Amino acid sequence: MNFDLNVVLTTLFSTVFLMPALTTIGVTFAAMVIAIAVGFLGALAAGSRFPALRMVVQFYLMVFRGVPILVQIVFWYNALPILTNNAINLPPLAAGIIALSLAEGAYMTEIFRSGFASVDHGQREAARALGMTGALAMRRIVLPQALKVIVPPMGNQFIAMLKTSSLLFVIAVPEIFAIGTDITSHNFKYFEVLLVVSIWYLLLSALLSLGIRLIEKRITRGQSAVPLCVVPVKAG
Amino acid sequence: MALVEIRALHKRFGAVGVLHGIDLDVSAGQVVCMLGSSGSGKTTLLRCINHLETIDSGSIHVGGELVGYRMGRDGHLIAQTDRATSAQRARIGMVFQRFNLFGHLDAISNVCEAPVHVRKVPIAQARAQAAELLEAVGLAGKEHHYPHQLSGGQQQRVAIARALAMEPRLMLFDEPTSALDPELVGEVLETMRALASKGMTMIIVTHEMNFAREVADRVIMMDGGKVVEDAPPAQFFSAPSHARTQAFLARMR
Repeated sequence: MNFDLNVVLTTLFSTVFLMPALTTIGVTFAAMVIAIAVGFLGALAAGSRFPALRMVVQFYLMVFRGVPILVQIVFWYNALPILTNNAINLPPLAAGIIALSLAEGAYMTEIFRSGFASVDHGQREAARALGMTGALAMRRIVLPQALKVIVPPMGNQFIAMLKTSSLLFVIAVPEIFAIGTDITSHNFKYFEVLLVVSIWYLLLSALLSLGIRLIEKRITRGQSAVPLCVVPVKAG
Repeated sequence: MALVEIRALHKRFGAVGVLHGIDLDVSAGQVVCMLGSSGSGKTTLLRCINHLETIDSGSIHVGGELVGYRMGRDGHLIAQTDRATSAQRARIGMVFQRFNLFGHLDAISNVCEAPVHVRKVPIAQARAQAAELLEAVGLAGKEHHYPHQLSGGQQQRVAIARALAMEPRLMLFDEPTSALDPELVGEVLETMRALASKGMTMIIVTHEMNFAREVADRVIMMDGGKVVEDAPPAQFFSAPSHARTQAFLARMR
């Protein structure tokens, strides 16, 4: 076996992956924050009473979930400048964040939509009957209850995003995996360097899961895990 | 002018007509019970009064204001803003068949939610008022129970307190006891009876004949999207004029 423990240790305990780790974290959070905003608006639009708006959402979901994420990343960085005669020529980081957040926004749209659907229609109706505007009913009544259903899959998506961000190495965003491949191209110690790269990802995803679990606990505190009062309804 | 004035109200769901020209006045302080079989339109009529349902033609005025619309120059209805309709709904209480208490809030927070966030009542004052209301409906000590920890009858009484917290000038009840176990019906009716005796204007869709007989000032029979009988309870139950009412009462006995 050809395994150089020394390379592993010196790479692991050097500062070479600090900036890349920050880049990975920054890309992940930026993409998720945008994706959450896109998903929230997407779910609202999907439930809109305007058919045209609903169709726009359907089209968005079809395209951004149907095309591989790697293709989308290359599109935003390499194809868009050509398509627009260089009018739009994004730096790698911006192109990467846009690609990841729009693709992720499609999944978040579905997550928000199922979250809203999980809240009984009577909740919104009761809020409206008390004089709440649609926006206030959403903010105070529907969203807090929908979060119970939204947060767990959102946490999964967050961790998935951390790992998916490694694809940005194809457009030379200096994140963990890109820097790892850089190093291997000089020293050819593929196994050792990939091991260190993996340790970094494991560390970051472990920290992220911990944070997510704390948030989940906060959101479900004091609430029933079972759906509220399921009783037969008689039509009037 | 009556508190509630409904004129030539028509409502359809797609191709199906539900209300075919309703005219109805309810004066301040009156208790009106609406009876009728399933599909007669009584729940829909109730939901139109606070604009939870849109209307197709006619008009509904509450306290002199057209609810949910403004009148165009040629007399057709123009939808008004969500904010304006919400302000009107804030003065009309509604109690639902399935309670619809907010599941993420305890009893007292259910009651304070709208006063604090809609009427902008200071929190301390809203909570004090909510505690009083819960006591008035017999739920002192249950302030911090969540809906799933309360029986159906208790939930419905919280729902009544929640509606009253907005200091409504009109209360709408949509089959408030239909989803309750029989032994829990009495406590809710008792709460409603107390409310009626304090002079609250109430429109109640119900199947509780005895309650209608004892508490209502007027009993209304709906059939096929029309009001077919509108009489004081003594006359309604002893000498109904319409054949549909007679048949309905015969079946209920």
